[in-house]
Amino acid sequence: MAEIARRRPPSYTRHVEFVIEGLIRLCGVSAIIFILAIFVFIGKEGIGFLLRNVLPMLVSIDWSPTAEPPVYGILALVVGTLWCVGLSLCFSVPVGLASAVYLSEFASDRARESLKVVVELLAAIPSVVWGFIGVMILNPLLQKLGAQVGLNGLNGAIVLALMTLPLLVSLGEDALRAVPESYRQAAIAMGATRWEMVWRVLMPAAQRGLLVAVLLGVGRCIGETMAVLMATGHAVRIPTSIYDPVRTLTATIAAELGEAVRGGEHYQSLFALGILLFAVTFVVNFIADRTLRGRRAS
Amino acid sequence: MSEPIIRCRGLSLWYGSFRALDRVSLDVKPGEILSLIGPSGCGKSTLIRCFNRMNDYPYVRIEGDLQVAGYDVTSRQTDALALRRDAGMVFQRPNPLPLSIRDNVLFGVRLHAPRTPRSVQDGLVENSLRAVMLWDQVKDRLDHDAETLSLEGRQKLCIARLLPLKPKVLLMDEPCSALDPDGIGAVEELMGSLRGAFTQVIVTHNMQQARRISDRCVFMLMGELVELGPTAQLFTKPVDERTARYIEGRYG
Repeated sequence: MAEIARRRPPSYTRHVEFVIEGLIRLCGVSAIIFILAIFVFIGKEGIGFLLRNVLPMLVSIDWSPTAEPPVYGILALVVGTLWCVGLSLCFSVPVGLASAVYLSEFASDRARESLKVVVELLAAIPSVVWGFIGVMILNPLLQKLGAQVGLNGLNGAIVLALMTLPLLVSLGEDALRAVPESYRQAAIAMGATRWEMVWRVLMPAAQRGLLVAVLLGVGRCIGETMAVLMATGHAVRIPTSIYDPVRTLTATIAAELGEAVRGGEHYQSLFALGILLFAVTFVVNFIADRTLRGRRAS
Repeated sequence: MSEPIIRCRGLSLWYGSFRALDRVSLDVKPGEILSLIGPSGCGKSTLIRCFNRMNDYPYVRIEGDLQVAGYDVTSRQTDALALRRDAGMVFQRPNPLPLSIRDNVLFGVRLHAPRTPRSVQDGLVENSLRAVMLWDQVKDRLDHDAETLSLEGRQKLCIARLLPLKPKVLLMDEPCSALDPDGIGAVEELMGSLRGAFTQVIVTHNMQQARRISDRCVFMLMGELVELGPTAQLFTKPVDERTARYIEGRYG
């Protein structure tokens, strides 16, 4: 030991240490700086508008920024977003959690490995391709099923569900596999079937982890833009049927930002929507984080 | 002599191509405590896990005849769930389920007799916890998480949760090896108090423990049953040379 230590020049070591440490610190700090910069940028452009118009925004369902006078009601957009997210969860949560249970408890090793590759592949599909699927495949399909317009809230929800499935499946599987083997043994040794073991032991034990998976899925849904822009029909209205077209906050920003006059009121209103989205996803992620922390603590 | 409750004839078991049990034959009498001793890897845990079919893996192959509490264990047609109800198992590390103390005790009841009325359930909880000498300690906090108990308390709870199902056999796979000396004493006392009411088979690493609690004792080596006899005799006048050497501490 002493031999090796003596062979290395101490000053050289110290300099290299210093440089590497500095680099690592810079990388770590820059991530935080970027996030703060985004926050400041969006906030600067939109906060003034938001504060001036908060009441009319919240009471009106009409979003017509180019009308004379312009109307900036976000009610329909918020409902449209929640509508798509809620509807998509109705598909993605049962299917996603069921696949997670299958992968972690019932699949053979070989089946699990190959299915996980497929799930990861699903996660790698760009969102514009999902939008394309919504337009080209789901659209005519829904029309055959009786929808007047194929591009509607249901279409968007299905596309969103397909997009969040990989996240739910892999996080759900992680949560289930984190449950100690001894619980499984205990349940099986008491004469539980595998299904009883999953339902009565694993589900309660993995509760928090599964909730985190769902919450992160919700965050992903709220923030998704391109696919919903293409698939939902983009009509500003409060939906009354699952076949009604809707419009989301994200899609509004994506569709209108290019046409809005830079620095104008319309432009600022879109940044106000951005602040709203930022706040919502932040809250959802924050809850997910707290839930996860609670799980680690217990 | 009454009918044996466990009857094992020429039982062999392979993990893949490795032979973990080699033509083991033994009888266990109702109500007795039988201990299995031997060095690590001798097959004693494998054997006890056979008794309630915890070795149901695709890479495990079993030959021979094994009857436990009236079930033909090696037959595929046997209802493994009912077998596990009648032959409960306690593991090396206490593994209470992530439920309340009460729900842990009632777990088996809810699986096997889901319509049990609440008043009956309350009685089962109290009797089971009394039987394992845990009642006075936990009667005011039955709704607390089972993980809040001490290791000793958890292991007792793992024994208590088997009792409402009225098992005939209790299989204990090194039930004391995770416990401190006080806990070991308490669990041994508990086993003594259950003697007669249940047939108990215990795997132990600890020869002194086998000597203290068991009526009869089995010595195993390399998957083979070397010697089976009354505990006192096996420890003082072993018949087989290998048993003598193990007891003297020359290996293992």
